[in-house]
Amino acid sequence: MLNYIKLIALGLITLFAMIAASYARDLAYQVHAILIMAISAGLFLWVLRNTDEPVPAAVLETSYMDGVIRYGVIATAFWGVVGFLVGTFIAFQLAFPALNFDWAQGYANFGRLRPLHTSAVIFAFGGNALIATSFYVVQRTSAARLWGGNLGWFVFWGYNLFIVLAATGYLLGATQSKEYAEPEWYVDLWLTIVWLAYLAVFLGTIIKRKEPHIYVANWFFLSFIVTVAMLHVFNNLSIPVSIFGSKSVQVFAGVQDAMVQWWYGHNAVGFFLTAGFLGMMYYFIPKQAERPVFSYKLSIIHFWALIFLYIWAGPHHLHYTALPDWASTLGMVFSIVLWMPSWGGMINGLMTLSGAWDKLRTDPVIRMMVISLGFYGMSTFEGPMMSIRAVNSLSHYTDWTIGHVHSGALGWNGMITFGALYFLVPKLWNRQRLYSLSMVSWHFWLATIGIILYAASMWVTGIMEGLMWREVDANGFLVNSFADTVSAKFPMYVVRALGGVMYVTGALIMCYNLWMTVKRSPAKDAVMSPAAVPAE
Amino acid sequence: METYSFLREFADSWMLLVLFLFFVGVILWAIRPGSNKTHRDTANIPFRNEDKPAASKEART
Repeated sequence: MLNYIKLIALGLITLFAMIAASYARDLAYQVHAILIMAISAGLFLWVLRNTDEPVPAAVLETSYMDGVIRYGVIATAFWGVVGFLVGTFIAFQLAFPALNFDWAQGYANFGRLRPLHTSAVIFAFGGNALIATSFYVVQRTSAARLWGGNLGWFVFWGYNLFIVLAATGYLLGATQSKEYAEPEWYVDLWLTIVWLAYLAVFLGTIIKRKEPHIYVANWFFLSFIVTVAMLHVFNNLSIPVSIFGSKSVQVFAGVQDAMVQWWYGHNAVGFFLTAGFLGMMYYFIPKQAERPVFSYKLSIIHFWALIFLYIWAGPHHLHYTALPDWASTLGMVFSIVLWMPSWGGMINGLMTLSGAWDKLRTDPVIRMMVISLGFYGMSTFEGPMMSIRAVNSLSHYTDWTIGHVHSGALGWNGMITFGALYFLVPKLWNRQRLYSLSMVSWHFWLATIGIILYAASMWVTGIMEGLMWREVDANGFLVNSFADTVSAKFPMYVVRALGGVMYVTGALIMCYNLWMTVKRSPAKDAVMSPAAVPAE
Repeated sequence: METYSFLREFADSWMLLVLFLFFVGVILWAIRPGSNKTHRDTANIPFRNEDKPAASKEART
């Protein structure tokens, strides 16, 4: 019966997408309509072929649902490499503007590729990593199979469809010009549906848990899912100009719009890139170190302090703007107070290794997780400092900001995700161990040195251009033109791009290593071989 | 009083107090006497049920 409803829905979607493709007012919308038409038509045929077939036996509640997590791990590695490659390319574009090829103007120039890079690394790489690890962690720590059956698959494929729509939209010029929230209205609506399904799957699994307590990692994952839903909906309140076009108009205007944007923007950092990844940290570091978290009490206080404080920090992006002073002071104060939970969490993670520090010498995977905490501590020290109004007057609009973001994103988010992938792949594919630990070491050092080159060059160039912009001569005239700062930054831009090359090389080594782990590494004993696991 | 001023005043006073007390309550609850045993058990959750779900609440360890 359900299949008939699905068929009707898919048929209607296909029909509407056909109509939309022919009435489309712009290229991005037309391409998306054709894409959706093809996908829903394909799904229609697939559902049709499976309708009135004998129903397979009910899924056993005696195993975990790991198929979707395997796909999530593959998607994470794939989008990671794509995002890093685009990032490295646009870093070279900044150093060598000739790489904005004439024949690709309007599609592959810096302005079009930059949102592609940020969304690919944050939402495609980070988002897939969060979905995969949260599904893995919530099942293990609840001692229950994922709730909702195939809804988990819907979340995975739906989320990746969102990414494809967003990425192609950027290249074809569909953007609502909100940083980190560029996708247009219909893509936003689709993500809302997928995200609510994600919330349902996650919460459903927690509700049917067998453990009496909810492990702290799940608290972080849950706050990430709930808050991102709220942020996404409010920041994307817009009215489409036409149902057959991608253009929309924001509901908020002026300084209200700016405030909502940075309330969203900073909490995307706070809840997507921090709370969610802390959920990973609180599971994978204890597992890899083989000892429980240093202080469970501290983890509870860490959680509540972090979510109570982060939500207020957004206005520090709007110092010296039309935003009222009290609001930007509020954002600044809360950012500085955030030092405490951030460092409390970092110390909690690091001290989990107390008594097992020797593992740092022998296990490159835990080394990766520890350095991610190191970068977390560093960027959560740097961030509050940059939110202070006086520091911000120097650092804002300079490359210092970009350096800060990348020490957090490459160092903290990237490294903890790599650590989680190295942990997950042998588990999910039933391998005794990774294919090569020395390749993990290579990845570790390439990535670490790459980040250091990146962050150091951005500090130098950021502070330099900040000082150049404010330099005045004896008569009070500005000394430097904007173009002077651009040419002065050239050497640092080259260094930054080389750091990116090292980072992406490390990621490629990781992909090869993980691939060979699945292909070549010896399997675990036959008891848990894939053949004995019920089909997913 | 217009909505904005009312909400602004409410946020500055009672809501602030409620949130602050909730936060203090969380800390006191976390460090309450006798919580050590619970927390030790909870902190060890990742080391159970690695391969398959627990059959029942009692069988979780």
